Amino acid sequence: MTAVPATASSTATVVCAYDRLTPELGVAALVGGEQVAIFRLADGSVHAVQNLDPFSGASVMSRGITGSRGDVPTIASPIYKQVFSLLDGTCLVTMDKSPKDGQAPDLVVYPVTLDNGQVIIDLAGSE
Amino acid sequence: MTTEHIVVVGGGMVAHRFTEALRARDTAGRYSVEVLAEEPRAPYDRVALTSYFQLKSPDELQLGDPALWHDPLVTLHRDTRATGVDRDRRIVRVDGGREVAYDHLVLATGSYAWAPPTPGADLPGVFMYRTVDDVAALRGWVEERRAALGRPVRGAVIGGGLLGLEAAGALQSLGAVSTVIQFADRLMNLQVDEGGGEALKRLIERMGVTVRCNTATQEIRAGKDGHVGSLLFADGGEQLVDVVVFATGVRPRDELGATAGLEIGARGGVVVDDTCLTADPAVSAIGEVACIQGACLGLIAPGNTMAEIAVDRLLGGSSTFPGADMATKLKLLGVDVASFGDAFATTPGALEMVYADPVNGVYKKLVLTDDATTLLGGVLVGDASAYASLRPMVGAALPGDPAAWILPEGSVEKGEIELPDSAGVCSCNNVSAGAIRDAVNHDGCHDLGAVKACTKAGTSCGSCLPLVKKIMGTELEKSGIEVSNALCEHFALSRTQLFNAIKVAEVTTFSEVIERFGTGRGCDICKPTVGSILASLYNAHVLGDDRAALQDTNDRVMANMQKDGTYSVVPRVPGGEILPEHLILIGQIAQDYGLYTKITGGQRIDLFGARLEQLPSIWKRLVDAGMESGHAYGKSLRTVKSCVGSTWCRYGVQDSVGMAIALELRYRGLRSPHKLKLGVSGCARECAEARGKDVGVIATDKGWNVYVGGNGGFTPVHAQLLVEDVPDDQVFQVIDRYLMYYIRTADRLQRTAPWQQEHEGGLDRIREIVVEDSLGLGAELDAHMARHIDSYEDEWKAVLNDPVRLQQFTSFVNAPDQADPTLAYVEQRGQRRPATPEERAGGAVLIAPSTLEVRS
Repeated sequence: MTAVPATASSTATVVCAYDRLTPELGVAALVGGEQVAIFRLADGSVHAVQNLDPFSGASVMSRGITGSRGDVPTIASPIYKQVFSLLDGTCLVTMDKSPKDGQAPDLVVYPVTLDNGQVIIDLAGSE
Repeated sequence: MTTEHIVVVGGGMVAHRFTEALRARDTAGRYSVEVLAEEPRAPYDRVALTSYFQLKSPDELQLGDPALWHDPLVTLHRDTRATGVDRDRRIVRVDGGREVAYDHLVLATGSYAWAPPTPGADLPGVFMYRTVDDVAALRGWVEERRAALGRPVRGAVIGGGLLGLEAAGALQSLGAVSTVIQFADRLMNLQVDEGGGEALKRLIERMGVTVRCNTATQEIRAGKDGHVGSLLFADGGEQLVDVVVFATGVRPRDELGATAGLEIGARGGVVVDDTCLTADPAVSAIGEVACIQGACLGLIAPGNTMAEIAVDRLLGGSSTFPGADMATKLKLLGVDVASFGDAFATTPGALEMVYADPVNGVYKKLVLTDDATTLLGGVLVGDASAYASLRPMVGAALPGDPAAWILPEGSVEKGEIELPDSAGVCSCNNVSAGAIRDAVNHDGCHDLGAVKACTKAGTSCGSCLPLVKKIMGTELEKSGIEVSNALCEHFALSRTQLFNAIKVAEVTTFSEVIERFGTGRGCDICKPTVGSILASLYNAHVLGDDRAALQDTNDRVMANMQKDGTYSVVPRVPGGEILPEHLILIGQIAQDYGLYTKITGGQRIDLFGARLEQLPSIWKRLVDAGMESGHAYGKSLRTVKSCVGSTWCRYGVQDSVGMAIALELRYRGLRSPHKLKLGVSGCARECAEARGKDVGVIATDKGWNVYVGGNGGFTPVHAQLLVEDVPDDQVFQVIDRYLMYYIRTADRLQRTAPWQQEHEGGLDRIREIVVEDSLGLGAELDAHMARHIDSYEDEWKAVLNDPVRLQQFTSFVNAPDQADPTLAYVEQRGQRRPATPEERAGGAVLIAPSTLEVRS
């Protein structure tokens, strides 16, 4: 969770209530026309990455399996099983495949803020 | 380099091996090969000839990859008999006078079936047992006589050797009664001793075959109709017969060599040296026609070795024939027989250690040196499970008490065996223990797949795989490489160990499991594995408690994810039997939601292109009409495929559809290490292709045969016979136990076929456990399966009744009515399919996702 004040940007969007998220199960959200995959982990932290899976071209990352490699929390693509860091989006396991044309192998990560029990995503703060 | 031309005379198994090995190794294309085959078909598996009776077409006996015969450097002539060889001109003459020139000639003409001169041997109804055509003619005759006579056909096999017993088995399987007439004092006198012969006779007689030893056939007499009618024996006895099969041995087909002036051995065969060359350096002989080290060898293993040596020499190698290992292990009429090394204790001072149990039909003998330490050979009848371990130990010291190898399991502790490097492990591909150790230590092969690929060990019949695995494990351990059975970085345990740990600890959630037995948060490998184990053990809903997050892609939403992220939906159609109103409903749903429909290989209907948020409303319509989840998404029972069976089919002998439905309803929802497919055929024609399934049930006149461990897919395997002629309730019990035992002990994502092959002791051991209950596990396995059956519920219906779990089936948490806007389709043959990237970019007519309301 990045400590950005909820009012820092006009591009910040309230997506849903924190309680709507089930631990370790992702959801997808539409934020300003972008699809975002949001995960609440067992430790209570919330992470958001692009929903588009760069290796299949399908918008499915929210339906992947969460886990860890070492200390890094991860998300695995449900289609060809590539594994990505939820901290910085790096592709950790490529399964010997290349991303689709025009796609970078790593995921875009979006800052998440919790404010008054609401989950807020800020597209402008993506990295 | 110019291409040199090799002509192979003969189209049998050894000719095939030679051609295959040459094309595999001659990567530079130095040689072209022309194979002259007398039979009207490509080389086939003659060893498996008897299985012809269970097959639909001779093509199933095909050897290797048929692409070999399309190789531009390979020419195969069928129906082509060589009539002569002119060594001066390097020419082979074939039927019709054509001449074929060679640079190198390979004689692989094999043998012919020999029959002692007997009056009446030319009567209609007397057969040989050597080729597919012989066997097909025999089958035709028996079927015709049975129809004409209106009673079981009376058969006799002259010859009580290996082939004779095969032939007797063939007659039995054709529904004939059979008698084996043996000239010698015991059956299989070349392989087993007197005690073994006695045990074998008792076992064979239990199968309903009559055995007459010490009997010479003097004459075959015609019956009134001019067909074969009776046998007259030298001792004055007579026996009525409707069919006679000669299985009195084979003789080398050495006439080409003889007329070409090549040296012929004292008992026939073209004489070759240890490199398979004749005195003419342009002519080799391999297989049964070759007289090597003074003898012709009638087994496939030395034949294959000779083929490999000839190839090696042609390519400049230096291998020589190591001497024949005449060890044999076979199953005749369901009886295990094995013989290896000095089986008759001819070594001076040899000791024989014998265990015989006439009640259970077991005879085992070890032949040892005079100090009772070094193994020289042995005979095993009725239970040959020790063969794989013992055969490679010939010539080496047996650790511990040798009696442990022949006494019933567990009565004496067995010593740990360490094979010498020279010991042969895989006799099909001639791989030694040393070669396997080399692959592990020098070629970096650290798992079974790598060792198989590198050495070819275990790639043919697979019976040596447990041993290969053991040798590999020992080597890895020695070199300090940890043999890791760990599931992933979060669990140091193997799936089997984890299964037992969870079962004993009775934990039911992933958080408890990882806290007690693992570390970290888990991953996409261990989470689905634990999810599957919990489902196998407790059969609670896969999306209950914290389990939804464990499930793999498809299990998570109980549908199969396709390439664009939409799903396919497959309702269960037990046994492939479907009501017209269900067919109509499926069509209606497909129309309403714009789904692509296709019939699956498992006799049901797949509906493609459903979005996550549409799944519940689709299920509701199916469930309301009485349909349920088909688990097409699960590592669980998929389908039980069946033919229509005796209720409609003119040939069916049992109700295969009824059996398939009963099995599908029994095992539906059963989570396992990998998917499970079953099949049921209503007669031996096997239209349901049940032997390509994990469990295949095939009807017989007396009940059902159950086959296990079949597989389609990447590595096709035919299922093996587990039990024969059993009634319905035993079909259920034996499959209950087989599946449960598999679920408990297999690795993650290991199908039944490799599990069965790699299981210690193979299928025989599994049969002891699940059929004979040798571990006393039976009752527990039965109870576990009963629990599964009692606790089954339809997963779709359960989710429809649970608002919390339904929440998961939304497209966007902040826009639940909106479909994924990136989906796009094009029309093809009247249905939708996902648009390709080119179509999206190139302005094709795209169809947006359908907008039917998502909740009903």
